[in-house]
Amino acid sequence: MKFAIIILESASDFASRQNERAPAYWEAWKAYMAALNEAGIPNGGAALQAPETATVVRVADGRRLVQDGPYADTKEQLGGFLTIDVPDLDQALHWAALCPAASSGAVEVRPVLPMM
Amino acid sequence: MNAAHESEVHEALRAVVARSHGRLVASLARSGRDLSAAEDALADALREALEQWPVLGVPREPEAWLWTVSRRRLLDRARRDTVRRGAAEALLASFDREPSPLELGEVVSSDVIPDERLALLFVCAHPAIDPSVRTPLMLQTVLGLDAGKIASAFLVAPATMGQRLVRAKTKIRDAGIPFEVPVRRDWPERLGSVLEAIYAAYGTGWDELGVDARQADLSREAITLARLVVHLLPDEAEAHGLLALLLFCESRRAARRVDGRYVPLDAQEVARWDFGAIDEAFAEVDEAARRAHLGRFQLEALVQAMHARRRFGEAVDWDGLAALYAAIVRVTPTLGAHVAQAAVVGRARSPREGIALLASLAAAHPTEVARYQPYHATLAALLEAAGDGVAAAEARTRAIGLTEDPAVRAWLTRG
Repeated sequence: MKFAIIILESASDFASRQNERAPAYWEAWKAYMAALNEAGIPNGGAALQAPETATVVRVADGRRLVQDGPYADTKEQLGGFLTIDVPDLDQALHWAALCPAASSGAVEVRPVLPMM
Repeated sequence: MNAAHESEVHEALRAVVARSHGRLVASLARSGRDLSAAEDALADALREALEQWPVLGVPREPEAWLWTVSRRRLLDRARRDTVRRGAAEALLASFDREPSPLELGEVVSSDVIPDERLALLFVCAHPAIDPSVRTPLMLQTVLGLDAGKIASAFLVAPATMGQRLVRAKTKIRDAGIPFEVPVRRDWPERLGSVLEAIYAAYGTGWDELGVDARQADLSREAITLARLVVHLLPDEAEAHGLLALLLFCESRRAARRVDGRYVPLDAQEVARWDFGAIDEAFAEVDEAARRAHLGRFQLEALVQAMHARRRFGEAVDWDGLAALYAAIVRVTPTLGAHVAQAAVVGRARSPREGIALLASLAAAHPTEVARYQPYHATLAALLEAAGDGVAAAEARTRAIGLTEDPAVRAWLTRG
């Protein structure tokens, strides 16, 4: 069963990608991905640039509305996502809890909708 | 089989549902993790029984009959449902691993129905399920209570309760919640949630001032669930502790209200207590103690046990109770536990010491305490015992204002 691990990071997490905490930040992620791969869990996904780089588009009445943005102005912001293939929610939650963002921001786990 | 009278069929079906609803639904839901589909299939089978049993007679093993028909209906539905094509294959695969489908009317033992009720209890109390719906979910899926009855106990509209239950079942089906007994390592938390949900079904407070008469209907259902957990997990001390706690509370049902009037615990007539329930509760306390694994429910059961000793003509040991509450507030530092501790310390030592505990509680949680009825009721009683009539009257007015239960209100406003 495929699950998305949606990574929500704080402003301080995003800053840690390039300040003096960067080595620790990236090392934690590298170790996490290595653990996933070592456990033989099929995974995919992408990391995203900081929310300041986001642009929101809507089309209303045939007109395109482009806005600076991330979509939601929340304390934690989407930092990336992973998909993993594990037997059930409990195992997905196990891997979500190990994800570095779980202890500094939040991680949302959702089953992937199977395509017919 | 011979034809059966309609009333005999109704009686037989009522008995099967009361006895085996949880076992049937749990075994039907397991492979597809789909509780709604399992309940629908069982409903189909019950309808067929209503048509066929008056003609064919009541089968010797009614559970096995219903299980066989339900599994067929479950498979039929899965095949029809093109959106969930995968479900039919999964079901077929699981049927292959089990005894081959049985012919209707054939005499087979109900023992062939796997008992997945423990897994079902853990599913209902899974951390991914909203805590407020765990108890209703257990009552419906394990005991077969209808949403209307559950709704009235939880003070919500039946339609609202129905929606919450459907949402929870959809989440169980789609979110990948495993239909399994969790690994031992996760038990402290997971079994705790199961026991909490059963305790919530009983719905009693720490000091009986919070007892809500509208919940009373569910108390026997809660005891049924607690018995089931003890039966399925005989080695879990806390399961025995919970059953003991519920039995002690239940034993005082008739003494708690006399002619509609509220009677506080230490004023209750011992003769009105249910001695059978008390004996069983003491036996459960012993069972728990033998497992040497103390926990929250056992501590609460021990408090009840000390009050229940009045049954043997013994006085209440207030010092012993104060010691127990010192342990309880460490394990579960809830508002209710702290207030109950203050009440007991007020009796064991002096009202002033109890009042001091309440004062420090109010300093730490001013907003919660302001609207917590047992706090004001306990404060009123302690102030009165300390001889401070003016402050006691003020606290009593607050307690009355926060009371929903007319019998408790009448007791607080007594002259």
